[in-house]
Amino acid sequence: MFNLKRFYAILVARNLEFMRDYASLGWGLLFPVFIVIGFAFIFNGQRALYTIGTLGEGTVTATELLGLDDELIDIAPQADADIALRKIERHGLDLLIEPSRSRYWVNPESPNGAVIEKILKAEGSVANLSRVPISGDALRYVDWALPGVLAMNIMFAALYGIGFVIVRYRKMGVLKRLLATPVTSVEFLAAQLVSRLLLILVVNSILFTGLWLTVDFRLEGSVLLLMLIFVVGSASLIALGLLVAARISSEELANGLLNVATWPMMLLSEVWFSMADAAPWLQRVADTLPLSHMTRSARAVMLDNADLTDVLPSLIYLSGLTVALLVVGAAMFRWES
Amino acid sequence: MNVTVSDTALMQTQGLHVRFDSVHAVRGVDLSIEAGTCFGLLGPNGAGKTTTIECLEGITSPSEGSVLYRGEPLGRHFAEDAGIMFQQTALQEFVTAGEMLTLFGRLYRRNAAVSELIDACQIHDFLDREPKKLSGGQRQRLLLAIALINEPTIVFLDEPTTGLDPQARRNLWDLINDIKSRGVTVVMTTHYMDEAHALCDHIAIMDHGKIIAQDTPDALLANTFDDVIMQLPHADWPADSTPPGMQIHVGAETVELLTKDVNASIAELLKLNVSLRHLRIRSRNLEDLFIELTGRELRN
Repeated sequence: MFNLKRFYAILVARNLEFMRDYASLGWGLLFPVFIVIGFAFIFNGQRALYTIGTLGEGTVTATELLGLDDELIDIAPQADADIALRKIERHGLDLLIEPSRSRYWVNPESPNGAVIEKILKAEGSVANLSRVPISGDALRYVDWALPGVLAMNIMFAALYGIGFVIVRYRKMGVLKRLLATPVTSVEFLAAQLVSRLLLILVVNSILFTGLWLTVDFRLEGSVLLLMLIFVVGSASLIALGLLVAARISSEELANGLLNVATWPMMLLSEVWFSMADAAPWLQRVADTLPLSHMTRSARAVMLDNADLTDVLPSLIYLSGLTVALLVVGAAMFRWES
Repeated sequence: MNVTVSDTALMQTQGLHVRFDSVHAVRGVDLSIEAGTCFGLLGPNGAGKTTTIECLEGITSPSEGSVLYRGEPLGRHFAEDAGIMFQQTALQEFVTAGEMLTLFGRLYRRNAAVSELIDACQIHDFLDREPKKLSGGQRQRLLLAIALINEPTIVFLDEPTTGLDPQARRNLWDLINDIKSRGVTVVMTTHYMDEAHALCDHIAIMDHGKIIAQDTPDALLANTFDDVIMQLPHADWPADSTPPGMQIHVGAETVELLTKDVNASIAELLKLNVSLRHLRIRSRNLEDLFIELTGRELRN
């Protein structure tokens, strides 16, 4: 039977251990700050090309529009009108042309948009097209990347914070000592999960507040919903960490397995770049990853003011994944090496 | 399997076997541990002592046979009654000795009076220190205090004094005697025969996974030996001498003569003009018994 007193004792001990490990705590706070600041510095104002999107049937070329080689202007066909318009709004595209309906969209608040429109008008390229203005601030890369960076930081804290610690406990014999007490594996694992969840929440709240005060990033939606996404996402990643660490006692093997778990998520979960142009099968793989759901949901809330119903499918998926991983992890759990 | 349950034994093992892959570590061990006694499990390295004691602790599951506590198979309630001090125990980092004691206290329904335990185990001076910053003796005293936090009826101590200096060893002996005086049953393993003789009421000697002898130390000595040892410095021993009625072990420093009749042996030595100025005579001890039963061959 689950004993709250024992659960609380293990929880407190783990929290004390983490809070007093200043090096790990400091690194957990500083690492994402370095990443965000670094990327903000690298990617701000680095676009060299004008990008013109095209919608619907009929094509245009840079030569037709401006008498320039296609290499000098990026002509990007857009499959989804809503997404294309959002790109215009956020300065992701400089201009959007729909030749079949003789119209174009431009965001006058975008310096690139204003310049390319002026050039096209001077060339007479858009003389026969009706103009649709769209307003909106630019979406900087830092705004786009930040939800993913926060989610990625949670992923590392969850997987390594749980996986490595349990493997180290097992290797050192800490688990064996606990096995000699009335503590059950469910109490122990639940305490580890809750401890890590609390610590991730506290650390990320501090980080989020710090970034809010120092880096001007975009937050359109509800902070509470964002927190819910991070809690549910953290739980699924902690459960994954528990599963990885369920039986092994080699830190080297744990490191390898955790790398196998983290690297695909780093690359496929849209932390750093969109998977919109990736092969469909790769997108389906990405859809199974917990980090993908956490990143997309957080990004939807932060950038698109998404509400609970918008992110509910991802929250349900992450919750189901958490339960499944915990059940398997608890069944496989071994106290001794 | 038919199990004969002793009425007076607190713990019993019956036909205990433990196999790890190709290693048959414990081969049919039958033990009976009476309540309120100190039971010592002795044996060379690799004899199967730790595996056996871990079966008693409920940490290792036997491949065959049974472990009974108060006549019943071990269940989860056993963890509430048992105090355990492993041969090597790691404790969490960044948590002080005092906090560790509190942590373990919360894991049990029944708790000892912490202040009394701190006094008894003499750990007050380092309660605010992390376990990794403690000396060997301090660490063992802390681990003993943790093992006693639940007021156990039975305490398992696996080589509790290994690596300690003589003062720390004697200090731990006093603590173990104190535990015994409170009526707690103690089960211990040790490599130190003087320790076993000083602390244990009953001992079992293991080798190659089997119990090769068990009884009280005095009864084992009386049943095994009827001679005494006469020791002489090697330099005083005439080469190639073989006095009658004596078994001789010639070592690098000393020569040991095993005899049942000291007076007759001394007379024989005088006939050989052996100097008796440095002669020492001692009765057999547990170390002799241990060597007698397990041999002089070096173990891993």
